Amino acid sequence: MSIINNINKAFDHRIRLGIMSILMVNDYADFNMLKELLGATDGNLASHTKALEKEEYILVEKQFIGRKPNTRYSASKLGKQAFKKHIDALEKLIGK
Amino acid sequence: MDSNKYLDDISEIKNMMSRSSRFISLSGLSGIMAGVYALIGAYLGYLILYPSNWKFDTYEAIQEALIAVAAGVAILAVLTAALLTFRKAKRSGEHIWDTSSKRLLANFLIPLLTGGIFVLLLIRLEYWVMIAPSTLIFYGMACLNASKYTLRDVRYLGITVIILGLLSAYFAGYGLLFWALGFGVCHILYGTLMHFKYDTGDSNK
Repeated sequence: MSIINNINKAFDHRIRLGIMSILMVNDYADFNMLKELLGATDGNLASHTKALEKEEYILVEKQFIGRKPNTRYSASKLGKQAFKKHIDALEKLIGK
Repeated sequence: MDSNKYLDDISEIKNMMSRSSRFISLSGLSGIMAGVYALIGAYLGYLILYPSNWKFDTYEAIQEALIAVAAGVAILAVLTAALLTFRKAKRSGEHIWDTSSKRLLANFLIPLLTGGIFVLLLIRLEYWVMIAPSTLIFYGMACLNASKYTLRDVRYLGITVIILGLLSAYFAGYGLLFWALGFGVCHILYGTLMHFKYDTGDSNK
């Protein structure tokens, strides 16, 4: 029972799962990098990053590179913990 | 039913983690070619250094011929690697110039350029015996450093080449032999390994 509880609804989507996976192994990733890797559209990716941001699992940093706006994302401590729990739960469910 | 979805999730996580942090389109074949060029270069070096039909009048002429051979090998190896890797990346749909490839290149080039400058300084001081060990050790370090951002096998190539570099510093005077072993044989060995491990698998998909 407790294993099922550890399955996190926030990660129950391919794009959100992908965003978190990328941010677990990279210090940060910008919007375009996420878009390329996940093959998502602007609007689709934006809504998923918003959702993760609302959970405080990712941190958003807006800056300018030259005159171009650039948004970069990183995983928060909370997000990393939550994602690790999620992976552990997945592995246990498969192991059974 | 559900367990299948979880399995998919796990493989998606693994896939994204490796694709976002490692450049995986490195071609094994380019390693083999680099090794072949290095062996040809080592043979030319042997003809230049040891008694053969090739005669050189001055010490400077020998030096120039050796540097020309080394530069030729390096340029050919880099061009082949770039071409084959570009082809492989295109086939597997990976972007050739993205964060992972830039990071790979930067982490490879910093130790390598340091080594290059160091070797030029050794040439200036005429420390000939230390040139082969230095090129091997710095190249090995560059591979070791770059391996964090690409296929794991590059790590073992790096370690092997570093050990050969240290051995060649001990057995001074056998530089050319170690050079042929490190840049020639090792590249062919690890290149073949990588080719069969990754390249052939890709084309079956």
